[in-house]
Amino acid sequence: MDSATSDRPAVRSHLGSQASNGLKIVIVGGFGVGKTTMVRSVSDIRPLNTEEIMTRAGQEVDDLTGVTGKTSTTVAFDFGRISLNEKTVLYLFGAPGQERFWFLWDRLFSGTLGAVVLVDTRRLQDSWYAIDRLEHHGTPFVVARNDFGGPAHTHEQIRDALDLPADVPMIDCDARSRASSKSVLIELVTHLYRLSTAREGARAGAPGAVG
Amino acid sequence: MSRRGRDEDPDRLYTLTRGRSRASATFDLVTLVVSESEPVPGMQSEHRRILRLCRYPTAVVELAADLGLPVTIVRIMLSDLLDQGLISARHPRTSAGRADGLPDSQLLEQVLVGLRNL
Ligand SMILES: Nc1nc2c(ncn2[C@@H]2O[C@H](COP(=O)(O)OP(=O)(O)OP(=O)(O)O)[C@@H](O)[C@H]2O)c(=O)[nH]1
Ligand SMILES: [Mg+2]
Repeated sequence: MDSATSDRPAVRSHLGSQASNGLKIVIVGGFGVGKTTMVRSVSDIRPLNTEEIMTRAGQEVDDLTGVTGKTSTTVAFDFGRISLNEKTVLYLFGAPGQERFWFLWDRLFSGTLGAVVLVDTRRLQDSWYAIDRLEHHGTPFVVARNDFGGPAHTHEQIRDALDLPADVPMIDCDARSRASSKSVLIELVTHLYRLSTAREGARAGAPGAVG
Repeated sequence: MSRRGRDEDPDRLYTLTRGRSRASATFDLVTLVVSESEPVPGMQSEHRRILRLCRYPTAVVELAADLGLPVTIVRIMLSDLLDQGLISARHPRTSAGRADGLPDSQLLEQVLVGLRNL
């Protein structure tokens, strides 16, 4: 396995002084499916880890009196960073894989551009819940099949098993590879771009402008 | 390995937030924070650290990771600093008020260019 991290200095570089817009993409999927690996592969910095205190109802705790109560839970997640240009910086979040945290995703990662659902074909059912949550929340996503040497299902078979709408892109990947992880992100943003321009065209009443 | 924050003593958290129990401003996980002032003696040490870390724009999650504190606590400290005019906050802009919540295609185009150039 090539180490995508060895070229990164221990002290992390800072953003340029013009950086003004932070964007989010979240990587979700079952336990051990390669979320952290993908963040590490494409990030400019070594992945960092932090945590948020949430109530059981999925709210961020904004009142410290709730911090110590039984109703709050601490959710750890990791993230990386990609500087896209002088002003724009993309943060990639690896959502916690443990099922007991999944109900917290929507709130924790609200405002995200979109999501990558990583699936392992040996355990397709592990991603059902993630897909349900994203659909429920209306968050656009793509599905990336991380190759763990599992059964070689066709994309059709996977679509069936995941009950995936035809317009959700699916792509094969190796989360350990920077190039492969990068193409997953490009696939997602291309999908978002298509959705966004289609809506803009519809709003302007000019379908010819869709592109 | 024991991380700070996870088992943080509530009294300690209370001290860090100077008794404030909630953030008066909203900070997204990726709001970029910039210092507007150098740390001065007498300031709480975490506040000084934040001001040093934010000499260049730094996201709320990065601060939380660097300080080893939950994002919740960092948000409260940041509101405090913001109220005192010691920092400024650059909030994420994605959709310029679109009702459908989708990001602007212009922004997405920039993101694509950035990703392809990686
Ligand atoms: N064969 C293979 N192994 C992989 C691939 N991606 C990740 N792995 C390995 O799978 C293991 C789990 O990967 P992680 O990135 O930690 O998975 P995760 O989704 O972050 O796990 P949790 O956060 O615990 O849910 C690691 O040992 C990775 O090296 C892949 O594409 N192919
Ligand atoms: Mg992980």
